[in-house]
Amino acid sequence: MAAILEETTGKQERASLLSWLVTRQTFWVSVAAVLAFVILSFASSVFATQQNLFNVTRNFAFVAIIASGMTAVIVSGGIDLSVGAVLVLSGMVVGMSMNVGMSFWAAVPLALGVSLLVGGFNGVMIAYVGMPPFVVTLGMLSIARSIAMVLSNNRMVYEFGPDQAKLLALGGGFVSLRLPFLTSIRVPNPVLFLIATALITGAAFRWTRWGRYLFAIGGNERAATLTGVPVRRVKVSVYMFCSLCAGIAGILEVGWLGTITTSLGQGMELSVIAASVIGGANLMGGSGTALGGVVGAALIEVIRNSLILLGISTFWQGFFVGGFIIVAVLFDRLRSRGGGE
Amino acid sequence: MAMLELSGVSKNFGGIHALINVSLSLDPGEVVGLMGDNGAGKSTLVKIVAGNYPPTGGSISLFGSKVSFHKPTDAREKGIEIVYQDLALCDNLTAAENVFLGRELTLGFGPFRVLSYRAMFQRAGLLFAELKSETRPRDLVRRMSGGQRQAVAIARTRLSEPKIVLMDEPTASISVRQVPEVLNLIRRLRERDIAVVLISHRMPDVFAVSDRIVVLRRGEKVADKAISASSPEEVTGLITGAIESA
Repeated sequence: MAAILEETTGKQERASLLSWLVTRQTFWVSVAAVLAFVILSFASSVFATQQNLFNVTRNFAFVAIIASGMTAVIVSGGIDLSVGAVLVLSGMVVGMSMNVGMSFWAAVPLALGVSLLVGGFNGVMIAYVGMPPFVVTLGMLSIARSIAMVLSNNRMVYEFGPDQAKLLALGGGFVSLRLPFLTSIRVPNPVLFLIATALITGAAFRWTRWGRYLFAIGGNERAATLTGVPVRRVKVSVYMFCSLCAGIAGILEVGWLGTITTSLGQGMELSVIAASVIGGANLMGGSGTALGGVVGAALIEVIRNSLILLGISTFWQGFFVGGFIIVAVLFDRLRSRGGGE
Repeated sequence: MAMLELSGVSKNFGGIHALINVSLSLDPGEVVGLMGDNGAGKSTLVKIVAGNYPPTGGSISLFGSKVSFHKPTDAREKGIEIVYQDLALCDNLTAAENVFLGRELTLGFGPFRVLSYRAMFQRAGLLFAELKSETRPRDLVRRMSGGQRQAVAIARTRLSEPKIVLMDEPTASISVRQVPEVLNLIRRLRERDIAVVLISHRMPDVFAVSDRIVVLRRGEKVADKAISASSPEEVTGLITGAIESA
């Protein structure tokens, strides 16, 4: 009886794969991104060149790496406004400690450790003290950037000591990918990190208890508590994860720029949240995909890049990105209403 | 020997006597309807059995040995499960994921564990079949009817082979058409020799499915008798106080 039941439900799932796909916001945003890509390839002779694509992918990688962590936080029903500040703090810790002669292998774990510490503080204040995520991370946005300023005395740092070459290679380097019949493709290192982060996050969402708990907490926190989900620990861990993503992005970005100032990552939290939301993360919690955040970030960057290539004033960028956020969420709302929910 | 035995249980909240000297026993496969007006002490009694808080006085014993629960998981480990009034389900997850929430089946070893959806879907499918419910393991709870949601919540309690299931107003928030479905779920539990405590305001539901009825009024037990020996009129009188005790 159960086997038959299982069989029929399984069959139904396969048959409705396509109809399932079209209900996913991630799918539609991907379609939009591909469409924009194709149109731009025709509209601008520069867009589809190796060099431009190299730049586009690298530029959005930083936002997209953090978007994986942000999506996890949003899925759990929270928000992390401190990611831009954590990014600059992590970058500053790695920059300053290498500036005074620390080795690359010590400075990077130190920066990541600081990021985890910040995330852990956010998480404990939210999960154990019971403060709203918005307030805690808003405070941390201010605190972390302030610490970065104190550390550097608000100077621009561009001397990274004996291991400088390693740091610059990590963030600014690339891997040549040889393909048959085509010229080799250069993949920027940050993009490799982005792929790794997205894959890890996606796998964690789907295949681990931790991932299921995020969705459960975001869906009905009380139910999660009553059924024995370690809600508090999961919450702390998700803020630590998000901060870690921001810390990784910070180190990479310093390596790419070859310099760090305390204004790095200012306002970045909004781009990251925008990427997650465009990619289908629901700010009410309980839904979102790792891929969505990446595609959302890519779409934002494609829009930005195309405006520049098409010769439209950069002042219009915010208009288009903001418009897209509203359209994406509106679309989601209309679709779910059509589904009779 | 009774499965669960409460003897002289009292509970005070400051100066308020929520429960006064209540004794109650439960046998395997018995459905007991627990009735009473708002504030009569039904929830307090259930929460004491479920381990939410300890009694001020009296004792609880399971299969003849005394137990004291400090938290809900203590009670759960002893085979006492509770179905909450709001069912404590996550709308954004599938039926199977809800059934296994907090008790997921995994594959792998040590810290390297992945969820085994296959096993969870299969086991959940079996549980639903056992409950004779048409709930499908892969469906999202958001899209389910009240009866199906109830089946998910009950299937969750069945995971641990419970001895006693406490149900808080299972028929209060669902449409009238689905009430028989829920009552059937309760009968399925009884067939498995699980004792059910049914807390309800709805007289017809209690009379349809219970073996015994217990009425609380102002923290005191005023009736404890077989359903066949009582009537809705009598119970109404007992609840309101028109009839002193029976």
